[in-house]
Amino acid sequence: MDAPHTAAGQLARRHRFQWWELLPWIAAIAAFFAFPTYLAFGTQLLIVILFALSLDLVLGYAGIVTLGHAAFFGAGAYTVGMLASQLGWNEPLSGLLAAAAVAGLIGFVSGLVLLRTHGLTLLMLTLCTMALLEQAANMGAHWTGGFDGIPGLSFDKILGLFSFDVLYFRSQYLYVLAVLLLCFVAVRMLVYSSFGQSLTGVRENLLRMHAVGAPVRARLVAVYTISAALAGVAGGLFTQATGYVNLSVLGLERAAGVMIILILGGYGRLYGAFVGAVAYMVLEHMLAKAYPTAWQLGIGVTLILVALYARNGIIGIGEALLRRLRGGGQA
Amino acid sequence: MDPASILLGGFASGMVLFIVSVGLSVTMGLMGFVNLAHGGFAMLGGYVIVLAMKHWGLSFVPALALAFFAIAAFSVVLERLLYSRLYRAQELDQVLFTIGLVFVMTAAVTLGVGPETQVIRLPDWLRGQTDLGFMTYRTYSLALIVAGTLLVIALWLGFERTRYGARIRAAVDNRRMAQSLGIDVGRLFTVAFALGSGLAAVGGGLGAEILGLDPNYPLRYLVYFLIVVAVGGLGKVTGVFFAAILIGVLDFVLKIYFPKGGTIFIYALTLILLLARPHGLFGKRGT
Amino acid sequence: MSSARLETKGLSKKFGALEVAREVNFRLEAGARHALIGPNGAGKTTFINLLTGALPPSRGSVLLEGEDVTTLAQAKRVKRGIARTFQINQLFRGLTVLENVCIPVSERMGVGGGMFRAAGRRAEVLDEAMRLIGILRLEDDAGRRIVELPYGRQRLVEIAIALGLAPRVLLLDEPAAGIPSAETHILLDAIASLPRDIAVLIIEHDMDLVFRFAERITVLVSGAIYAEGTPQEIAANRDVRAVYLGGALDA
Repeated sequence: MDAPHTAAGQLARRHRFQWWELLPWIAAIAAFFAFPTYLAFGTQLLIVILFALSLDLVLGYAGIVTLGHAAFFGAGAYTVGMLASQLGWNEPLSGLLAAAAVAGLIGFVSGLVLLRTHGLTLLMLTLCTMALLEQAANMGAHWTGGFDGIPGLSFDKILGLFSFDVLYFRSQYLYVLAVLLLCFVAVRMLVYSSFGQSLTGVRENLLRMHAVGAPVRARLVAVYTISAALAGVAGGLFTQATGYVNLSVLGLERAAGVMIILILGGYGRLYGAFVGAVAYMVLEHMLAKAYPTAWQLGIGVTLILVALYARNGIIGIGEALLRRLRGGGQA
Repeated sequence: MDPASILLGGFASGMVLFIVSVGLSVTMGLMGFVNLAHGGFAMLGGYVIVLAMKHWGLSFVPALALAFFAIAAFSVVLERLLYSRLYRAQELDQVLFTIGLVFVMTAAVTLGVGPETQVIRLPDWLRGQTDLGFMTYRTYSLALIVAGTLLVIALWLGFERTRYGARIRAAVDNRRMAQSLGIDVGRLFTVAFALGSGLAAVGGGLGAEILGLDPNYPLRYLVYFLIVVAVGGLGKVTGVFFAAILIGVLDFVLKIYFPKGGTIFIYALTLILLLARPHGLFGKRGT
Repeated sequence: MSSARLETKGLSKKFGALEVAREVNFRLEAGARHALIGPNGAGKTTFINLLTGALPPSRGSVLLEGEDVTTLAQAKRVKRGIARTFQINQLFRGLTVLENVCIPVSERMGVGGGMFRAAGRRAEVLDEAMRLIGILRLEDDAGRRIVELPYGRQRLVEIAIALGLAPRVLLLDEPAAGIPSAETHILLDAIASLPRDIAVLIIEHDMDLVFRFAERITVLVSGAIYAEGTPQEIAANRDVRAVYLGGALDA
């Protein structure tokens, strides 16, 4: 029953927007009106989604296993913080661009040297790069505030129109949502491009990718740089939205946390970042304060179960259910 | 502080790093399994010792032995039940699984014992100072150095002089080749895993003086254990030993002279070393 | 003498004391349908690895149309037209057949790094990939992922990927191994459909296939060329029969 070109048709249509892709954004707008007192939390959630999305490019699509992605989040966060505190550079949009540039540059340089390696060595090198930055931020107290970080930052009005809302985070929420939308559209374009397709090729079979003459390392460095810049934007947003920056933006906890969120949602799937961040952060928000230890236990057990039985995360479970439903319909 | 004291202090913490990390190196070398939960076994070992001494009145050395066997047995159960399902899985799944395991261990200890730092009461003969003739130094640090040295010699002999050791070396070198020669790498791994986890447990107990002992232990020292393994080279006992001593001494020196953020040099050094020698100082050459 | 499409001069490779290629002087002419046979461990796959640049030789040189490419990286040789298949499938297992073929086609057309246009909007890549998929009779499987395919079909994808590079030299490492014998004709048809000018070198154990396909045969034993000639000459060569062919031809 399959027409010969069904597959080509599918591939040719895959990048087109589907109606349901509007749902997350509608939900985000609806949440703005429905939960006006939770917008500070919502802002954090959106920032984490952007951070996880950036990680998905390298980890989910290109298959680079990194434990040090918070290096770029932190680089962006400190760039915005230090520009504001040292130079009085308080304009938010240009601050984000600076964050992207600095994080992207660090990603490019570190990617150039690190991405020759694989496996444990690569894991260790990403981890050490992050630890290096963390210690640098700790030592350079004159600029970074050391262990205490830089508190009490304030920023200019967004586009000269909307001032940051310290109490209810209304403008921050919408601002971060807009930036997330822009970044998402860019990531989506990348993922469905030939470049994105070649990244999945690297992930699926490195040997073959070399054998078809692809410039593998250049592609990896490119995606690492882009991903670092996006993580930098997420970090920059963090500093702007909260008005402070400290060492927590650079640690292993943040790096492992975002990885857990992405894998929980489903990596290499574009919307895994959204689903994972919402599931993790909402649960954490509700449970962690009441039962901090039990929460950690629950997360631990969940991770083990996901690693053993649901390697494609929550979205993967959904896909499997859909397939079964459709398969059942046809049979 | 005089150079000899610094060196001895560094050696003592290096020995702890070695005892904890050596098992990780062998199991990672054998199966290529990224086991981020290895520090968890060290922590659990420390808690077994604390509890056995507090509740059963065991003295220090028997408690160490108990920790070794208890954690070795526990790790075999975990290995057979859970780890073994992920040998063929991707690195990422192994990372996820072992991080999850760390969370469970940390939460279990917090729930069962409490979040506070535990103190292991040393027996009298290990406390105080010992006169070495040319200087006096903390007895416990000296004992650590002696114990670590004996252990590395024993492990070296076991690796280089027994058939079991030869099989492990062969399997680390080329797993497929070893399998085709009839070596049961799975069995080998189970034994190495048990031994390595047991040693980590002992290291957790012995090192509580230096590294402390609380529920966050596995994550806090994860990077250190991994650095020792990566620098030493996978599956290389002597490599891990030298790497542990190197990192131990360096850390000790830096903490004295650069108490704020001195560890940056350790990370930088590791970065440079691994870029120049991706398989560690003592690992295979080339990429 | 005119230069061959692909030629090796004194090509040698040592792994420690083990010599897996010994002074191999080999010519693959334009339009050749050439088979490389030999017992297991003769160094046939190593020879291909040396030709593609996956392995550096210990001595000797590789010439592509008279030009020395010995020090050229693998990716550059691919750009010059050397493509290979693998004895053990090296596919993008999580991707569909179509995507598997689109990847090499995109690389060959130089659009593999394009970030702004959706892969699905590159009609030239899709059409070419579908054409190759058609040649290997994989149309019905084009939308299925590799992991869902039986092994024999996967072998055909292996060849489609190599064809996607529009090679001038095609090196096939035991392409028929794992393909049900009823389907080996798909493989031969696919090769027959290639432009006649392409040089094809095939490593194969199935002697029936070798003699149906090859116009010239080289016998490799212990890393060195043992005999070379037309299929008739090789079949008539008593030593070759003794060393390698055994009863295969009598059957």
